[in-house]
Parts: sequence; structure tokens; C-alpha cells
Amino acid sequence: MREATSTLATGPGRLLVAVYAVFALAATGRSAVQLGTEADRAPLAYSLSLLAAVLYLVATTCLLRGGATARRVALVAVTVEAAGVLVVGTLSYVATELFPDKTVWSHFGQGYGFLPLVLPFLGLWWLLTVERRAAVDEG
Amino acid sequence: MATVCAVAVWSVVLVLVLCALAALWTVVMVVRDESPPSDRYFALLGVLLAVLVVQLVAAAVVLLGTDRDVAEPTTFGAYLVTVVLVVPFGAALALVERSRWGTAALLVALATVAAMEVRLDQIWRLAGA
Repeated sequence: MREATSTLATGPGRLLVAVYAVFALAATGRSAVQLGTEADRAPLAYSLSLLAAVLYLVATTCLLRGGATARRVALVAVTVEAAGVLVVGTLSYVATELFPDKTVWSHFGQGYGFLPLVLPFLGLWWLLTVERRAAVDEG
Repeated sequence: MATVCAVAVWSVVLVLVLCALAALWTVVMVVRDESPPSDRYFALLGVLLAVLVVQLVAAAVVLLGTDRDVAEPTTFGAYLVTVVLVVPFGAALALVERSRWGTAALLVALATVAAMEVRLDQIWRLAGA
């Protein structure tokens, strides 16, 4: 059990935790400033920033906690995150009027070196890798 | 006050140079699979951290003590403080995870510091223009 709780955040997982923590911080800070100072200007964009922040926080926490439940929760969070960056990324190009201000996911995360686009897929890969390992250990 | 202002501005250059140096060193360690990083490496991170603290103090003195204003004071202040915390966070990860991956986490920290410095510089210039 001890081993199961640590696998998510060791090895490559540690690197992933570092990146997720940075994005959790960046997105939380961004949404807090945006919603706190000018919430009326672009409610949709700022709400999406908040959603991104929550997802990054959940993913970071789950990666750190480890275990079967955390893996499942992380899988959901990371999947929503992947969908979010793809949908918002596309919308920010085709429906510019929806986004008077940017979110973390606008233009597929261009403002953050496109990392928001890559990150969920790295996360999915890592979660599935650990999942497979756990299945092998149990079976 | 002009001196303090110069410190606040030039610390950005110094931080970026130190980040680049440390990043190069980190890449070498990752390639050679050296872990944990040596004491000398941590000394370099210590210098980087010291410069970041000086930057925080200098910028705070300029902003609070003069008419100088920045475009996004909340963001600017948050960045100034957070950037100081990133280095110890990366160092802790590298010490806890004694493998190539833990060392690589330092690259994430250094890239974050560099990106935040660029952003700080942008906000600073916005008001200067």
C-alpha cells in the first residue's frame, strides 16, 4: 500500500508534479486577479481560468497523494483539462468575440509556451502507465 | 533612489544569466544522470535566490517609496514574491527525488523563474513608457 501511494509522484511523476504545481499556481493567481479586479469584463474567460486553476490543483494534489482513488480522480481531471484546452483553444480562434480577454487555454496555451496543450496528454500517458504497472503488480 | 531603481532593473538581467548558467549545468547533470546535485550547484542556486530577494526588496522600496507606479500592481507584487519561492521548491524536489527526474524538475523551476522575470520586466516597462 505504501508503494502504491508513492508511485504517482516518483520518477517521471515528480517532474509532472513540478509542472502541474507551477500551472496550478499560475492559473490560480491569474483567475484570482482577474475575478477580483475586473470580473465583469470577460466573465466567460475568467470563469474558464478558474476552472483551469481548479483542475490543475486537483491534478497536482492527486499526483502527490497517489493510490487508486487519486488515480481515478486525476484521470477525470486531466481528461477534462485535455478537452478544455482543445475546445477553448479552438473557440479562441473561431469565436474571438467570446474572449475579450485571455485565459490559460486561449490559443492552445500560446501565452504559456503551448505547455497547457501538451501537459494533459503527458498526464494521461503517465496515469495510464502507472495504472498498467499497478494492474501487473496486482494480477 | 536612482541606485535602488537600477538594482531593481538590472537584477532581471542577472537573474536571467544565472538561470541560463544553472539550466546548462542542470542539463549536464540530467545527461550524466548525476543525482543529487552537488554542493557547488546548490551554492549557485543560493546566489540566484539571494539576487531574487534583493530584487524583491529593491522593487518594493521603489514602488512604495516613490511615485513610480506599475500597470498591474497585484500581478507584479505576486510575481515578485512567488518567484523567490520557486527556487527552494525546485531544490526540494531535486533532493527528495534522487534520480534524473528530480534533477530535471530543477529545469522546470529555472524555466519558471526565467518566464516570471520576463513578465516582471514587461509589466515594469509598461509603466515606464
